[in-house]
Amino acid sequence: MPDAPGLELIRGEIERDCPGAVLATSFDRNQAALIVDPARNLDVLRWLKEQPGQRYTFLSSLHAADYLPAQPRFAVHYELINRDRVERIRVKAMLDERRPAGPVSDTSPAPTGAGPASSPPAGGELPEIDSCVELFPTAEAQEREVFDFFGIVFRGHPNLTRILMPDDYVGWPQRRDFPIGGEPVTFTYSEARYD
Amino acid sequence: MTEQVVDRDREIMTVNVGPHHPATHGVLRLVVDLEGEMVRELRPVIGYVHTGIEKSCESQSYWKVIPFVERMDYVSYFFQMEAFCGAVERLVDLEIPPRAKYLRTIFLELNRIHSHLVWLGTTALDLGAISMLWYCFRERDKILDLFEMATGQRMHTRYFQVGGVIEDIPLGFEAKCRAFAEEMPIRVGQYEDLLDRNEVFLSRTKGVGIVPRERLLELGVTGPLLRAAGEPWDLRKATPYLAYPEVEFKIPVGTVGDNYDRYRVRVAEMVESSRIVAQCLDALPDGPHIADDRKYVLPPRSELSTSMESLIHHFKLVTEGFRVEPGEVYYAIENPRGELGCFVVADGSAKPARVHYRDPSFVNLQAFRDMAVGTYVADMIASLGMLDPILGGVDR
Repeated sequence: MPDAPGLELIRGEIERDCPGAVLATSFDRNQAALIVDPARNLDVLRWLKEQPGQRYTFLSSLHAADYLPAQPRFAVHYELINRDRVERIRVKAMLDERRPAGPVSDTSPAPTGAGPASSPPAGGELPEIDSCVELFPTAEAQEREVFDFFGIVFRGHPNLTRILMPDDYVGWPQRRDFPIGGEPVTFTYSEARYD
Repeated sequence: MTEQVVDRDREIMTVNVGPHHPATHGVLRLVVDLEGEMVRELRPVIGYVHTGIEKSCESQSYWKVIPFVERMDYVSYFFQMEAFCGAVERLVDLEIPPRAKYLRTIFLELNRIHSHLVWLGTTALDLGAISMLWYCFRERDKILDLFEMATGQRMHTRYFQVGGVIEDIPLGFEAKCRAFAEEMPIRVGQYEDLLDRNEVFLSRTKGVGIVPRERLLELGVTGPLLRAAGEPWDLRKATPYLAYPEVEFKIPVGTVGDNYDRYRVRVAEMVESSRIVAQCLDALPDGPHIADDRKYVLPPRSELSTSMESLIHHFKLVTEGFRVEPGEVYYAIENPRGELGCFVVADGSAKPARVHYRDPSFVNLQAFRDMAVGTYVADMIASLGMLDPILGGVDR
């Protein structure tokens, strides 16, 4: 792990090469994390991977979490490791839940039509982030898993479909507001029928 | 009428393998495009044993999560427990006593041998060596006997707790375990005698399923698969945890990265694991087997009838569990298949807000396409065995 000053040094260097990409840092329980702008996650990941002297070349895990009451609700975590120095760093991109654009939304007038018009209509209600499969091919299955369970869309992923849940499943089961239970159990009443 | 061009020399047939088939080592389905007997394209379909364990963990208090996570990778359950307990110990900053570290290391290494024995038996079975299965399961049963002796259960033991292990080892365990650790390298030698000069086994494994080291690293492959390709990457050495820095062992590596090297690496690991078990038994320190922090650890049973405080702590821990300050931790250990990471998010309550496992089988399975495309169907089955995925861990 880089220690707390080391993490600030890394942040400073990224700030020099990609200004504004890192929003904050956190050093908690001896684990270093860079909180990055979700629109620029690839800049930071590429910098960490390719910068001489850093070389965080191995993506050991990619996962997401839902911090429901908090406002940027979702986070995608990239656990990177530098295998020469054996240092781990976490890159964390916080994502807002994007509201559906069309139906009865809150009172926002928004006739100016600046930003939201560019969002695709179909996936418009899901949070989006750039896929890092080009940088780390290992992320292919893990990004599909995050999509499957949290409904986070990875732009540019070669085959973003459900991986563990059935293809026709509706809902994003790992979200915190997705209820547990209530899943109809197949074949439950078949015994009674054939008595 | 449309003219259909049929190229008789290049006819692709799509075949479905599994999901229920002994050679898929679990509930794995493979959609394979074949040209004659050559595999041209391959798509693993997973999710058949997805049971939502990660979701279920979010509604359990921390100590009740342990039996859930054990059931993910059902062959290496101690590793799941260690990953979760270690992550929670890092969240609450709890140091475990030295004896607990050694006991955990002993059980982890016994579990590693157990897992490799299951792998060796079933994979040799795929390659036609039926007797290997019986020999391997004979030794596996001895390990299960040891687990039963110390924990009361043969599988899914719930032995590791946040703060240490639930019970000290019983009388007689040490002698039995030491006898096993001495016997195991001899048994491994016997397995090698059976396989290493077996013409069929050699021709089925040598030079088959080679994936270059750089490609494996890109795909995030860890564990024996990566070490067989010549990369000496083992978290037990790289990020020492438990008693691993205090024992001496080697990391077996391969040279070519074919299926034969994968076999050699795992077999050598069984010998190294027996050495670790023997060293841990020699150096087993005295003292408590679980931490003494009453906020997180159940008080000893004997105190309940004499101490009011103990009774209160016991009641609070059993009814509500302990609360954990908000934070998140990723803790990775070396599982028999590679890097097993546990990511836990705490939100201040007595239940984790998120438990995620980075399961090595799930990530390693991505390398299967590289291993099998361009080889024969029979070699694809051999490569799958050598990949050693546990589908309970893949699907969670």
